Amino acid sequence: MDVLVDNASLILDGFWKTLQLTVVSGAYALVIGVLVAIARVSPVGILRGFGTVYVTLFRNTPLLILIIIAYYGMPDIGINPGFFPLITIAMGIYTSTFIAEALRSGINGVPVGQAEAARAIGMPFGMTMTQVVLPQAGRLIVPPVASVLIALVKNTSLAGAFGIAEATFRMRGLLNDHATDRWWIFFGIGLGYVVIVEVISLVAYLIERRWKVVSR
Amino acid sequence: MTSVLFDVPGPKARRRHRVIGGLTVVALVVLFGLAIWKLYTEDLFTAQNWEPFVTPVYINVLLEGLMWTVISAALAIAGAVVLGVILGVAKLSDHRIVRWPAWLFVEFFRAVPLLLLIIFIWALAGYPLYTIWPLVAGLVLYNGSVLAEIFRAGINAVPSGQVEAGYALGLRKTAVTRIIQLPQAIRIMIPSLISQCIVALKDTSLGYVITASGLTVAGREIWRTFGNYLATALVLAVIYIILNLLLSWFGNWVEGRINRSPKVAGNDAGRTAMDLENRRLDSGTAL
Repeated sequence: MDVLVDNASLILDGFWKTLQLTVVSGAYALVIGVLVAIARVSPVGILRGFGTVYVTLFRNTPLLILIIIAYYGMPDIGINPGFFPLITIAMGIYTSTFIAEALRSGINGVPVGQAEAARAIGMPFGMTMTQVVLPQAGRLIVPPVASVLIALVKNTSLAGAFGIAEATFRMRGLLNDHATDRWWIFFGIGLGYVVIVEVISLVAYLIERRWKVVSR
Repeated sequence: MTSVLFDVPGPKARRRHRVIGGLTVVALVVLFGLAIWKLYTEDLFTAQNWEPFVTPVYINVLLEGLMWTVISAALAIAGAVVLGVILGVAKLSDHRIVRWPAWLFVEFFRAVPLLLLIIFIWALAGYPLYTIWPLVAGLVLYNGSVLAEIFRAGINAVPSGQVEAGYALGLRKTAVTRIIQLPQAIRIMIPSLISQCIVALKDTSLGYVITASGLTVAGREIWRTFGNYLATALVLAVIYIILNLLLSWFGNWVEGRINRSPKVAGNDAGRTAMDLENRRLDSGTAL
């Protein structure tokens, strides 16, 4: 127990880095994910094909390999904006495929009849989207996007293996230095992740409840 | 084709789509060309970079890595299914003393990063080199907890009439779970089970961090010898993509077979309930 208290600032520093990694790569993932989702639901066949290939390729490559490509491979061919940007971009690209799939399944979850009815009463495209389709899709999207973000928080632990001093990296160091208190260190840092995960699911739950509509 | 976003396109829209499609192709070709040119000027396409992948010795290193990866994944899934069934059933127990520890266990191991778990087990084992056990143990604990939730959802997705019929026949709870709920639940869950196999297969790559034998460690041996980081990582990526695609095709094939089987033909209600559960669980666990 003492080991956690004594090293509290070290551990909190680690979680601060974890949050930074999550926010930066989450931002990349949202931007790329939205673009890919638009491509995947567009009426243009070639764009849809491109979206499918993108998702298939990056979803089936382990994140670790993407980070290795970014961390070792990119500096090798002269692209080197620093390790933090490289690793967050790799995580962003990986996560974007899951964001894209969540968005796509949300949009496809809206019954076609809803949009057809909107078009039948003469709503133009923009209005159909903003008044009918997107509000309904938004509700369907919240739970899966929250799951993706939770998974992203956990995946940031991989950055620790590449020299970024986040929470898992800190645990590794502490395990080395305090061999007798291993279980405390593990449960303490594990609990930190549990808290982050629970906060995200709580926010998602609140949003879901707020947007909930009693279906008739 | 029509969808929630757009109607069947008319002649004008079709022309516009062709223009957008053409521009996309041009943009992609230019991007791809630039990437190839960049790689060419940085000497990626030299024999030194790619030679190991046509040299029998190094092909063997990769094959051995592949073998360990597949073994780790298989052991992990087998263990996870056992642990998942136990935890899933425990979570549905009538006894608080069984239900709560199971709930705590599942919540903790689902929320903790897999890598944290693997490094901890590795440290407990005294940092052994080139053994897969810490990796497998971590994968079993994590995937078992995820599967417990899937099992629980699958059992709950069995129509309640089935369970009530079982009780009406005079079966006890154990018998109802074992004879009525589990066999149907497992059929409903097979798609989620296979996507979890893909997750486990991808996660075996984490063995890299603790030097557990497998594809990523084999790759490291190669790039340490030849200094061809990018080429090796790309080869590993291709191997993983092929493995995962094979697994998902297998999954689709199994799913198709199950859907055609008369045994589950009447079980649409359970399937829909499970689909709803999956939409909640899927993306979070599939990473």
